[in-house]
Amino acid sequence: MSTALFNSFESGMIYAIMALGVYLTFRILDFPDLTVEGSFVTGASVAAIMIVNGYSPIIATFCAMLAGFIAGAITGLLHTKGKINPLLAGILIMIALYSINLRIMGASNIPLLSQTTIITKIQDAFAGTGLDNMLNGLLSIVGLGGSLPKTWSILIVMLIVAVIIQMTMSAFLKTEIGLALRATGDNEAMVNSFSAHTGNMKVLGLGIGNALVAFSGSLVAQYNGFSDIGMGIGIIVIGLASVIIGEALFGAKTIARATLAVIGGAIIYRIVVTLALRVEFLDTGDVKLITALIVIGALIIPKISDKQKEKSRKKKRLKEIQLRHGGTLSKGGEGYASVKTDL
Amino acid sequence: MLRLKQIYKVFNEGTPDEKLALGNLELQMTKGEFVTVIGSNGAGKSTLMNMISGKILPDAGEVFINGENVSAIEEHARAKMIGRVFQDPMLGTAPHMTIEENMAIAYGRTNRRGLGFGVTKKRKELFKESLNTLHLGLENRMTAKVGLLSGGERQALSLLMATFTDPKILLLDEHTAALDPSRAELVTNLTKEIVEKNRLTTLMVTHNMQQAIDLGNSLIMMDKGQIIFEARGAEKQKLTVEKLLNEFQRIKGEKMINDRAVLI
Repeated sequence: MSTALFNSFESGMIYAIMALGVYLTFRILDFPDLTVEGSFVTGASVAAIMIVNGYSPIIATFCAMLAGFIAGAITGLLHTKGKINPLLAGILIMIALYSINLRIMGASNIPLLSQTTIITKIQDAFAGTGLDNMLNGLLSIVGLGGSLPKTWSILIVMLIVAVIIQMTMSAFLKTEIGLALRATGDNEAMVNSFSAHTGNMKVLGLGIGNALVAFSGSLVAQYNGFSDIGMGIGIIVIGLASVIIGEALFGAKTIARATLAVIGGAIIYRIVVTLALRVEFLDTGDVKLITALIVIGALIIPKISDKQKEKSRKKKRLKEIQLRHGGTLSKGGEGYASVKTDL
Repeated sequence: MLRLKQIYKVFNEGTPDEKLALGNLELQMTKGEFVTVIGSNGAGKSTLMNMISGKILPDAGEVFINGENVSAIEEHARAKMIGRVFQDPMLGTAPHMTIEENMAIAYGRTNRRGLGFGVTKKRKELFKESLNTLHLGLENRMTAKVGLLSGGERQALSLLMATFTDPKILLLDEHTAALDPSRAELVTNLTKEIVEKNRLTTLMVTHNMQQAIDLGNSLIMMDKGQIIFEARGAEKQKLTVEKLLNEFQRIKGEKMINDRAVLI
């Protein structure tokens, strides 16, 4: 059980990078970008095929990011230059990428089990430091020594990577270009009148977003030990789930807070799925259904609870007024004219 | 400073909805001139604004700003020279960003945007100083989201953002029309103050004849894509609403007689 939870922390951290990419396109640019379903696999495919062919996993991962950037930029160009509806532009590139990814891999699945990947490199580098034994020792002392993870390296390194990306992203969104990018998603007419090219901003934003998604895809392939043509199915929903859960639980007041919330959301999503799969009658094929349900829940529950709160607030207020005016409300209505929250 | 030469623009050409938006329009403005534009709906006022800003390009004719032919330059590139305030207070600012971030975007109008932070300490001082001139207390709310401001405050901020980087041309598109009378007056006074202080070359569209007469040093009246009446300098100072209405009727009436003559 706790191993499964530990693993969901690890993979949650890796998927968090993807979720940050989705946050950038979906929230900042206000662009529902379905390219990610394809670019996630593109990242995995490029990294896998390069690693199998003997390239350094670091170079392979970098190329995966570049491929993702190009895919996103093409979607952006289709939308801005070709005037294609955002949703449709994303779907078109997603479908096109399916074939391209098959071409890149040359097969529908590439195993990476015996290869040197970024993940094995991290584990090797960590093995020398003895940190694993130290952390496990500490946990045994406080009485949590039941089933200890084999290595902490992935979790720690991925946490650092995710936080570095989060920090870079929130700093970037405060630069002059970053501000113009945010304003593009907020008010296009205004950005144009202040001499920034909204088209270029969209292409840039979609490129960066998909680069992050592809980066995450390449890490997932190396983490799981294979790249598969079907691994991108439902990625957009997982990304949205992370963004929405994160914002609902941790708030989105500032960019820094919202991006941290997205990482938190990604981890919590993984944990919820892991826990859901412990239920007897559910199996791994049900993950997508569970994901959809989580997103629906995260979208609807806050609205219902807000409404409920408002209702009880009004009820309370009405009671106060009734008390003050001796029980009747129907007398001329002079008592509650000051409450005009509905207007 | 600004010159429109033989501007011709048709919409929906070749269809039953064909509309001549601007027909061989000529307009010249000198540096520091403040021109108000009046005319009924569909007269071509907004088309004129969009033509200058580059949002739409002419079918024929040329636009010169500061002696430079900008006819083929796109809106975002032309915006380096042009400050603009829209009719809708929501259009001039980004609601989910803070006041200082909005100011930083406006500040970037004249400079190339880079990877430096948009809001720096030095710029904050500058923004604060500029906001101070609005007398709305916005300088104390620089980290508030613009969406929280009222329509009047947003429009005043839009006006400031369009002008504090010293544009060559300022375009005001009925920018007080969506505000209540007292807010409209506030923004009108601010407009007067800012334009006079910075000696901006300004073109302002308005539906309010009194406002058109009170503000600026020239007035033009448009109808059916053409300028049908122009008053500059001393002549403009002597105008009243009544005179203007008479003038409008006289021109329209004469035209109608002419049309009838042609038809018969």
